[in-house]
Amino acid sequence: MSTTPSPPTTNACGTCALNNAANLRRLGVDPSGHDLVVALAGNPNTGKSTVFNALTGLRQHVGNWAGKTVDRAEGGFEYHERRYKLVDLPGTYSLLSTSEDEDIARDFLVFGRPDVTAVVVDATRLERDLNLVLQILQITTRVVVAVNLVDEARRHGITVDFRHLSRELGVPAVGMAARRGTGIEDLLDALERVALSPDSFDGRRVVHRNRRLERAVSHLAERITQHVPGVTNPRWVALRLLEGDPALERAVAEGRLRDLVADPAGPRSETVPEEPDA
Amino acid sequence: MNTTLDRLSPGETATVTALDVEGPQRRRLMDLGILPGTRIRADRSSPLGDPTAYLVRGSLLVLRRNHAGRIHVDRHQG
Repeated sequence: MSTTPSPPTTNACGTCALNNAANLRRLGVDPSGHDLVVALAGNPNTGKSTVFNALTGLRQHVGNWAGKTVDRAEGGFEYHERRYKLVDLPGTYSLLSTSEDEDIARDFLVFGRPDVTAVVVDATRLERDLNLVLQILQITTRVVVAVNLVDEARRHGITVDFRHLSRELGVPAVGMAARRGTGIEDLLDALERVALSPDSFDGRRVVHRNRRLERAVSHLAERITQHVPGVTNPRWVALRLLEGDPALERAVAEGRLRDLVADPAGPRSETVPEEPDA
Repeated sequence: MNTTLDRLSPGETATVTALDVEGPQRRRLMDLGILPGTRIRADRSSPLGDPTAYLVRGSLLVLRRNHAGRIHVDRHQG
C-alpha cells in the first residue's frame, strides 16, 4: 500500500478483507460522550458476554450480574467515527416472569430508550430463544438479532436461513461465531443501520384480535401518555398493567414511571441532534 | 395416552396437552418453551428419581416431580 511509514494504528487494515471489524475501535469501560446507545439482550449462555467483550475489548468475565449491586455492565466502542455505549443486560429467558434480572432488562428496554437493541440468540436453540426476540419486538422494533454459535450449530448439522429469518421478524438477523470473532463486522453494520435509520422497522408483532381487550389497551395507553409524556411504548405498558404485572403496578403507584422515562441511559453527547421518536 | 410428565420413563416422548399451573410458574414454564403442543422427551433422572431432565426444543430442562406432575401430556406410542 502506502510507502510512507505509518503509525502503529494505521487504518491500512481497514482495507484488508481478512481483518474483521477493522473500523471498530474498542473503548473498554469508557463510554463517555457517546452518540448512540446499544442494549445487549439475550438468553443466558448464548455468548452474550463474548459479544460484549468482542465489541468493547474488555476481557473480564461479565457474567450474569445479580440485580442489586451492579445492575448492568457498560462499555464503549467506536465504529465509523461514532461512539457507542454498549449496555449489557442480564441474561433472561423472558421479560414477563417476575425476577429482578428480568425487571432490570425490561426497564432498560422500555424506559432507557436504546437506539438499537442487539438480541443474542443461540443458533442451536433458535426455537426456544426466539421467545425473547418476540417479546422484545413488542417493546421496540429497533432490534438486530445476532444469531451466535453458528459454528457449533453447523457441527450439529444446523444451518440458519438468515434472509428468511430476517424477513419473518422484520428486523436484520446476522450470523456470528463471536468466540472466533466472525460476524462482528456484520453485527456492527446492522447495528449502525438500525440505530441511524429515521424510519421505524416493521418488526413482527404478536397480535390479539379481541375487541374488548383492544379497547381497554387503547384507553389505558392514552391515559398513560397523558400522565407520563415520553413513554416509548404506552401500549406495551398498558398491556402489562392489564395483565397485572406487579413491578409495573408498583412503578405507577409510586410515581416512578416518570423517573424511569427520564433517560436512565445517561446523558448523551450534546453535538448529536435528538433521535426522532420511533 | 393421557398422563402427566412425571410418569414418563427415560427415553419416552410425549406432547404437552395442558399446564395445570397458574401465575408466575405457568409463565415461567411457557418461557422455557413448555406449551400445549410442545414435544418433550424424558432424558434421564437423578439417582433418587427426582428431579428429572427433559429435552425441550433442543435444550435440557430439569424439573422437580411436583412440577412435572402438573404438566399433562399425551404419551407417544412405540
